[in-house]
Amino acid sequence: MTREACYHCGLPVPRGSAFRRVVLGEERAFCCPGCLAVAGAIVEAGLEDYYRHRTETPDGPPDPLAPLAGLDLYDTEQVQRSFVHVAEGDVREASLMLEGITCAACVWLSERHVKALPGVLDFSVNYSTHRARVRWDTSRVQLSRILQAVHEIGYRAHPFDPGRQEASFKRERDRALRRLAVAGLGMMQVMMIAVALWLGHGAAGQEDMMHFLRWVALFIATPVVVYAGAGFFTSAWRDVRQRRLGMDVPVALAIGSTYLASVWATVTGSHEHVYFESVTMFVFFLLTGRYLEMAARQRAGQATEALGRLLPAVATRLTDTGEEQVPVTELSPGDRVRIRPGEPVPADGVVESGRSSVDESLLTGESLPRARGRGDGLTGGTVNVESPLVMRVEQVGADTVLSAIQRLLDRAQTQKPRLAVMAERGTGWFVGTVLVLTALVGLVWWWWIDPARAFWVMVAMLVVSCPCALALATPAAITAATGALTGRGLLTARGEALEGLASVTDMVFDKTGTLTEGRLSVRDVEVLGSLDRSGCVQMAAALEVGSGHPVARALVEAAEGERAWERPLAAKGEAPEDDGPRTFPGLGVEGWVHGRRVRLGSPRFVAELVSGEAGGHLLDMARQHAHHGTVIALGDESGPLALFTLEDRLRPDALFTVQALKERGLNLHVFSGDDPVTVRRLARELGIDDARGGLTPADKLEALEALEAEGARVAMVGDGVNDAPVLSRATVSVAMAGGTQLAQASADMILYRDQLAVLPAGLDKARETSRVIRQNIGWAIGYNSIALPVAAVGLITPWIAALGMSLSSLLVVVNALRLRDQGLTGGSDGT
Amino acid sequence: MNILYLLIPLGIIFMAVILAAFLWTVRAGQYDDMEGPAHRILMDDDDPRIPRRDPASREQHEEDR
Repeated sequence: MTREACYHCGLPVPRGSAFRRVVLGEERAFCCPGCLAVAGAIVEAGLEDYYRHRTETPDGPPDPLAPLAGLDLYDTEQVQRSFVHVAEGDVREASLMLEGITCAACVWLSERHVKALPGVLDFSVNYSTHRARVRWDTSRVQLSRILQAVHEIGYRAHPFDPGRQEASFKRERDRALRRLAVAGLGMMQVMMIAVALWLGHGAAGQEDMMHFLRWVALFIATPVVVYAGAGFFTSAWRDVRQRRLGMDVPVALAIGSTYLASVWATVTGSHEHVYFESVTMFVFFLLTGRYLEMAARQRAGQATEALGRLLPAVATRLTDTGEEQVPVTELSPGDRVRIRPGEPVPADGVVESGRSSVDESLLTGESLPRARGRGDGLTGGTVNVESPLVMRVEQVGADTVLSAIQRLLDRAQTQKPRLAVMAERGTGWFVGTVLVLTALVGLVWWWWIDPARAFWVMVAMLVVSCPCALALATPAAITAATGALTGRGLLTARGEALEGLASVTDMVFDKTGTLTEGRLSVRDVEVLGSLDRSGCVQMAAALEVGSGHPVARALVEAAEGERAWERPLAAKGEAPEDDGPRTFPGLGVEGWVHGRRVRLGSPRFVAELVSGEAGGHLLDMARQHAHHGTVIALGDESGPLALFTLEDRLRPDALFTVQALKERGLNLHVFSGDDPVTVRRLARELGIDDARGGLTPADKLEALEALEAEGARVAMVGDGVNDAPVLSRATVSVAMAGGTQLAQASADMILYRDQLAVLPAGLDKARETSRVIRQNIGWAIGYNSIALPVAAVGLITPWIAALGMSLSSLLVVVNALRLRDQGLTGGSDGT
Repeated sequence: MNILYLLIPLGIIFMAVILAAFLWTVRAGQYDDMEGPAHRILMDDDDPRIPRRDPASREQHEEDR
């Protein structure tokens, strides 16, 4: 019989599992008590339909214990102050971040379940952002009850402060939409009128109607220019005041002068043409381009938002009288806090007592927790893994490392792309030239040729030279390509990233967490004693079960693979003085199994237990295995039992990616801080020639600079904080989504589905984008340099100029749109 | 042709109405979540159509709401 899948989360159900329950009229099996409890809560609330509607299963079983402790604290005023909005009387409002939402059925389920609570006035989930707004009557229900209700059905909710950035994003988006609407509707109407004006131009007996139509067009175009186009004027004015010539100066000049000339023609009733249609179309196109750009930027910003959740809301403070639970915001330097296993560190500080290991993968990308003891520093947001610690708080709030990272992120996101800055500088020069030329030509016409036509020639020149196509060339292409790549799982955080990626000749990979999964698994078991392989694995798993350490997880997984769970071993209560395995932080665990004292951990730790000669033998064996990965020994007092070699597995798509990148002519390198032998073996497996191990961050930077000195343009793919300097130094950098926040902050692109296979596709798209941008700029410049002299000699009237300019911009936009993905290919293609 | 003097202003009024409607949708936040409502319309918010076997829990549920 094949193994059953858990009805709730889809993971395999362990043999002999007793977690069963009737759902939708049939008995279903569950993998753990967590899933069973969640399914129970769903069925009892009458929401079984969830199982009928859902299209995807949750990511994993819910953690039944995790956040329930300290939930009550969310009901206190002090904690609520930061994120709860008091509407009126007892009504409160707050934003929640929901974790675990995978499909629309989750939204339905959580909404219905929470709304069923008496006292909850409204609970609505935004499917795009996974955020919920909740309104409740605090006299009837408490926030902690709401959070618990979400938790019952297998999701996790964190209160979060939408903050100023979120509000300003929404304001910006709304304003852009309103302007777009005014410009779009106005454009359509004016275009219609324009057709009539063009066709009826010069028609005898229709002068009155023509005049009327011109007034109508003026009436509609005015709000478009004054309201929708206001942004161009204000930013042009800002540029002028700062004595710069930005992209917006000629745009504003063209819009303004064309509009005013047309108004003049309308008001005076002179039989010249009016150009309201060009003005409105121009405004609409530019606004569209900017709207798309803004959407991409905001989306990139959201990817880093989760950072705020890393700090807990509540800490356990130690006082003279005992423990008290306080909001983290109340902590001040000098306070002593207790951090239990599994809890995040609430602030930066120093360990005062206790020994444990701390998961710092957030900061270092290191997959194994680090041992931390008295006097060692702790960073807020990292997670205590093994045993309780007492910490003296040193830095809180804005002084913590985490806040510094957050500030870094904020700055990175507001920075203007290098390319845009360069384009603007180029535009300044271009605009200056055009303005001087126009003025000269105008003067020439005024003095020597025909003063009556001088103004219209100047308008024609301004319109024709309007850098609209030039202004649209880059953003339109980048917007289209960014959108396509985001759909595949590669988020472009900076505008110039695509340009950089298109030009790279070399690609450097970090090892842990990039080419590999950053998660240990058992590669090899060497049996040394009387117990067979399955027995050893089973014994190791029995000692480690319940531990959050990555080594423990790997061993427990291996035991499941061996199907050793059929006769579960108890590592409990067999020793007189002990009630379970004892953890020695940084070394291993010791416990009693079948009446024997057993140790599992570093070979040295186990060798201490084993008698002299066998212990030495064990150490020798361990040394031989050491270059294959992490070696964990198992032994009892009679002798060593087994050696486990644990290794980080290659990502399944690593080999394909490496081959695909090689086909595209890139030189590949692996720079890693790990053991050189391991790194070389892995690189050989993948077919990468240049593999260097044992590098410090400074070494990596040096190696990278050496590559660049040879003329290479390097893309760096990494995940750890040790990669951060290298990531920011490289031409273009790509961070893994599972990597650290700091790495993401210094990266140009983020592989947010952790699929390496997207890289070759991204490279293709980037090269295509840079080709399209070059075509666009070439076209815009070519068109302008031909049209400008033609307009200067008075051969084209402004309306032909406007038509040409519009067609030219349209061409650029359509060319850029080719970069969009044809249909939804998703991230799976190419694997 | 004189009818245009009436029809065009009418067209402008129509446009103003459409614009007002659009501005209202922006203010009402209809563009904040572009994916959710498309799914939500398929979710049945009525009570389950198939009566459950355990009437006690249903009554309980009814009370809660």
